[in-house]
Amino acid sequence: MKKRKMTDRELTFLLITIPVVALFFCFNTLPLIKGFMYSFTNFKGYGDYDWVGLRNYKDLFGDSRVGKSYLFTFKYAVVGTIVVNVISLILALGLNGKIKGKNVLRGIYFIPNILGGLVIGYVFGFFFTYILSQMGKALGISFLSTSILSRTSTAWIGIVIVGAWQAIAMNTIIYISGLQTVPEDVYEAGSIDGATGWKSFKHLTFPLIIPFFSINMVLCMKNFLMVFDQIMALTKGGPSQSTESISYLIYQNGMSGGQFGFQSANAVVFFVVIVAISVFQMTASSKKEEQL
Amino acid sequence: MMKTKKVGQNVNWPVTILLIIGCITIFFPLYMTVVIAFKQPSEMTNDIYGALALPASWSFANFAEAMRVTDFWHSLGNSAIITITVIVLAMLIHSIAGYAIGRNMASSKFYNFVYLYIVSGMFVPFAILMMPLVKQTAQMGIANMFGVIVLYTVFYMPINLMLYAGYLKNIPIALEEAARVDGASTWRTYWQVIYPIMKPMHATVAILTAMSTWNDVMTPLVIMSGTGKNTLPLAQLNFQTQFGTNYNLAFASYLLALLPILLFYIVCQKQILSGVVNGAVK
Repeated sequence: MKKRKMTDRELTFLLITIPVVALFFCFNTLPLIKGFMYSFTNFKGYGDYDWVGLRNYKDLFGDSRVGKSYLFTFKYAVVGTIVVNVISLILALGLNGKIKGKNVLRGIYFIPNILGGLVIGYVFGFFFTYILSQMGKALGISFLSTSILSRTSTAWIGIVIVGAWQAIAMNTIIYISGLQTVPEDVYEAGSIDGATGWKSFKHLTFPLIIPFFSINMVLCMKNFLMVFDQIMALTKGGPSQSTESISYLIYQNGMSGGQFGFQSANAVVFFVVIVAISVFQMTASSKKEEQL
Repeated sequence: MMKTKKVGQNVNWPVTILLIIGCITIFFPLYMTVVIAFKQPSEMTNDIYGALALPASWSFANFAEAMRVTDFWHSLGNSAIITITVIVLAMLIHSIAGYAIGRNMASSKFYNFVYLYIVSGMFVPFAILMMPLVKQTAQMGIANMFGVIVLYTVFYMPINLMLYAGYLKNIPIALEEAARVDGASTWRTYWQVIYPIMKPMHATVAILTAMSTWNDVMTPLVIMSGTGKNTLPLAQLNFQTQFGTNYNLAFASYLLALLPILLFYIVCQKQILSGVVNGAVK
């Protein structure tokens, strides 16, 4: 009797799991495999196509537009991740301190995260183009007197600002929850030993919130590498393709540029890069945690 | 900051004031959106004052026009249908998958593999799935809102499965055994005993899913482009050219697009913040 009931239970579990796995396979694994297959073809997105072997991959490494998009995306992700983590850590320390109106302030600083990246991009686009350039003129700062989005040397900074404005909100909240796990007596014990201010942060607080630091690094880096909405709203990849992110290039040329096969190869490489970075970050941070 | 910790209960005023000043960086873009949305193009003189001063009169004409141009109510309706359906499906499908897989992954190699298989889907960027999915949904006849809903249900499965399976570890199996002794099937036990206990995790899943779905542009952009239907963010993108240089109309439309989620945030701020933290830290 008991044995039969166990099989019933197992059967129920299996009947739940199989359709779920089938659904996941159909809309995640299957397109992934198809994308991999398309990467060996010269498919334009319509009509006939031939197998071309590894030619797409070979071309990929010689393609200056693809190279540029990787350089831009990495520059954006690295600078963005550093800026976001520094600012949100400082903000979190402040918001976790003994301040008035703590909950209201925390609530306010989270607002950017709930707003859509595309619309925020449009709003900031107007700010960079009309307000900031007027301010630059009024203050006589030649660097700002024309729209920063219209120059190849500065357009990426505008995208970093918008991306960071939104990402800081998220990372700050995670750092705050990290800081709340640090017990008060750690600081008391530390202050007896003379650890205050920066010293106390470096030797007491920071080591204790390293798990939160690694979550933030991974989350932030991954989101920044996949940047799309902000590019779409602010620059559409311009000026002169200086702000084309990898996702944007795949969308732009793959969907309407007749490079379905070629951009599939690009997407496969991008996928491998994302996995490699995530795995590297996670093993690096788990090693750090072990050391503590 | 650290010094006040020693002093004890005193309020750290310098930090409080700095943080209040810092709020300008949050409110300034929103202020700019509001004042430009209410103004007439004639008020937008070519200087900062023209753009940032308060409008001469608070007229809603821009909003009415923006609603007409962007087909606001339909876009809002589509966004709402997609988001709510995906939340409901996530709470039903992802939770029961989390149950079936989470309860068995410690003892069974098969379920452990299934868990890793689905969770590793988190690393697959949309960029690689995008092009094949456009073809696939078109072939299946679901290159529409329904297809978008199916895709979101699959895309958020890895993170939600991880959250539910993780939460289940804290629910003692003895609870189920008690129900089983009373003769309830596994299926019934789940819905009557386990599902209600997972309420805090349902809230987290609902909030995380809602925020990613509501603001997403890329999926509806590539999947629904042939249907003539828009979601709220997609409408901003598709009608961008129609705004032309009428920034007042454009900003009225942006404000309309931002308002629903802002209102939602003001009402459910506490749940949203705790939901986000739960989701990220677990």
